[in-house]
Amino acid sequence: MNGAEALIASLKEEQVTQMFGYAGATICSLVDSLSQTEGIAYTLVRTEQNAGHMASGYSRISGKTGVCMVTSGPGATNLITGIATAYMDSIPMVAITGQVPSHLLGRDIFQEVDITGAVAPFIKHSYLVKDPNEIPRIVKEAFHLASTGRPGPVLIDVPTDVQVQELNGPFVYPEAVGLRGYKPSNKGNDLQIKRIADAIQEAKRPVLFAGGGVRLADAQQDLMDFATTANLPVVTSMMAQALLPTGHPLNIGMLGAHGNPCANHAVASADLLIMIGCRAADRAIPNPDEMHKRMTIVHIDIDPAEIGKNMRVALPVVGHAKTVLQQLSALAPAATHADAFRKELQEIRTKELTRDFVKREGYVSPPLAMRLLGSKLDTDAITCVDVGQNQLWAGKHLPHKQGRFLTSGGLGTMGYALPCAVGAKIAAPNRQVVAICGDGSFQMSMNELSALVAGNLDVKIFMLQNHVLGLVNQIQNSAYSGAFGVALDGSPDFQTIAKAYGISSAIVTDDAGLDAAFDTMLSSKGSYLLIANVHPDATTND
Amino acid sequence: MRQTISILVENRAGVLNRITGLFSRRAFNIESLAVSVTDDEDISRITIIADNGNSVLEQVEKQLNKLVEVIKVRTLEDDAIIGRELILIKVNATPQNRQEILTIAEIMGAKVCDISPTTMTLELSANTEKLATFEGLLKPFHIIEEVRTGMIAVQKGSGKI
Repeated sequence: MNGAEALIASLKEEQVTQMFGYAGATICSLVDSLSQTEGIAYTLVRTEQNAGHMASGYSRISGKTGVCMVTSGPGATNLITGIATAYMDSIPMVAITGQVPSHLLGRDIFQEVDITGAVAPFIKHSYLVKDPNEIPRIVKEAFHLASTGRPGPVLIDVPTDVQVQELNGPFVYPEAVGLRGYKPSNKGNDLQIKRIADAIQEAKRPVLFAGGGVRLADAQQDLMDFATTANLPVVTSMMAQALLPTGHPLNIGMLGAHGNPCANHAVASADLLIMIGCRAADRAIPNPDEMHKRMTIVHIDIDPAEIGKNMRVALPVVGHAKTVLQQLSALAPAATHADAFRKELQEIRTKELTRDFVKREGYVSPPLAMRLLGSKLDTDAITCVDVGQNQLWAGKHLPHKQGRFLTSGGLGTMGYALPCAVGAKIAAPNRQVVAICGDGSFQMSMNELSALVAGNLDVKIFMLQNHVLGLVNQIQNSAYSGAFGVALDGSPDFQTIAKAYGISSAIVTDDAGLDAAFDTMLSSKGSYLLIANVHPDATTND
Repeated sequence: MRQTISILVENRAGVLNRITGLFSRRAFNIESLAVSVTDDEDISRITIIADNGNSVLEQVEKQLNKLVEVIKVRTLEDDAIIGRELILIKVNATPQNRQEILTIAEIMGAKVCDISPTTMTLELSANTEKLATFEGLLKPFHIIEEVRTGMIAVQKGSGKI
């Protein structure tokens, strides 16, 4: 068995059934070995970045580690944004890159790039394989690292000569990993857990702030159980959207500069803030380093480096969200002094959920469209949302039942939605998958419509077309000398594009047509593009 | 503020790069760095003296711990360590002032490791303060070249990492 065969055999050992990639000269041996292996499907992307996003969408829905494989040089550098996106959102991913022959490393030969060096600041770990006999151990470690502790991407860079060299002995896949410096702790400190429980009993204005880490820990039910028993209002980060149904009385909405005012009010006026699986980054909380003066802050995270990074914390707990929530639930604390606070929040929240939006004659109101679309989606629908105004409208106004909301929350990578939707649909062929894009972000990855066609996938795309990079336009108009360099001049006719791929499409021009347009889109067979005509001046506050 | 950080790492290619990269990305300046293999040949010890400016060193310690190849990290308090650095200094030396230089070397506990008609090279292993004194005393003779290893440190008493 040679190195390439050992690598593919190792992927089989890890129960990999789906890969995303782009072939090239330095992964010919790997692709050849893949072609001789049964049980691993392969999706060809149109640019390597999207192999990362597809693996991300696939991972977030399947719960497995996403796998992508690209060639050396430009293939590897194109994948960098996919890796950074996964890193910022802590998505478990194993990226495999081909590399020039090891004896030519460092000579700047054709399609050579130091990819392990290039990704170092935003990858959980990386390997440059020097010896084919190390491949089973490295793959075992890579999958372990990617999927445990705080998940994240891991890169394996394999020179072509290592791919063709024969192993010294038979292929043996290791049972266990032996990483001395890597032992994530899952269980929270009991004394700290008890202190949190006591703080909840005392608090008059307690808030539970849940982030994407809760979803990564597969702890949504544990969160729901804990919040319900303790009767705690819950605010969520962008990455934790759809953790609780929108209509749940304890769901106070999304926090942040572009979040729901109700959630921001809750956090600003809290006396106890319990953060779990979130970073409290600048977009979520303004002046996070001032918060501790006004309230008791609890921070629960699997990554010790997150705790105290952006905020001063009174009660730090290092642990796995699921385990810690179960530990907390076992103590059954209840926020019995918080009735008035809950009532206050629920009143604001109800007003917010039923408020009127700004109407713009002859155009679609994006927040209204989100409210309507969400109400029509399946209970377990998956929405993949791009970056920009579309993301903020969806984050604030798209109602959720028990579905998923997938977006690039950390890095804010435009063009994420469509490839993410491809990966999500492959992971869950029977679930409804909707991609929400702007006309800017859609054009960053519309080449991946090919994956929908090739895979015969049913993904509905709802595109808000305002002919401008909306969020930057909004910022430029409010804080700078006006719009510049944001008009999407030269954009194609998107219905013609859809048609060229054999995908049905329609345009909805105003609010009156939304209801019928959504019904047609959602009941259509196969993929579908619905384009909404949005006023260029529409803002995220509409 | 200067801090001494002792790190045990897997003895593999690329580890040092990961560690120093982490310092530069967080805007910490490395003042001194010493790396060598330990009694266990799979493990290397890195001693870093870093200036953390006004930000918190704790964050760097946590980030270091996140690196898969980092086995242990400890920030050492200045008064709880034995720190040593090796210095080699080449100074102008003529038959007229050789004796004077030798006297300084003798008082400071330095060794003469090379001599030429116009120069002398001295060697001293000591803590940072003593090295500064030694350097100051030799300055008037004109220092031609000076090399330092960077500090290595162990904890006083039975403490270890």
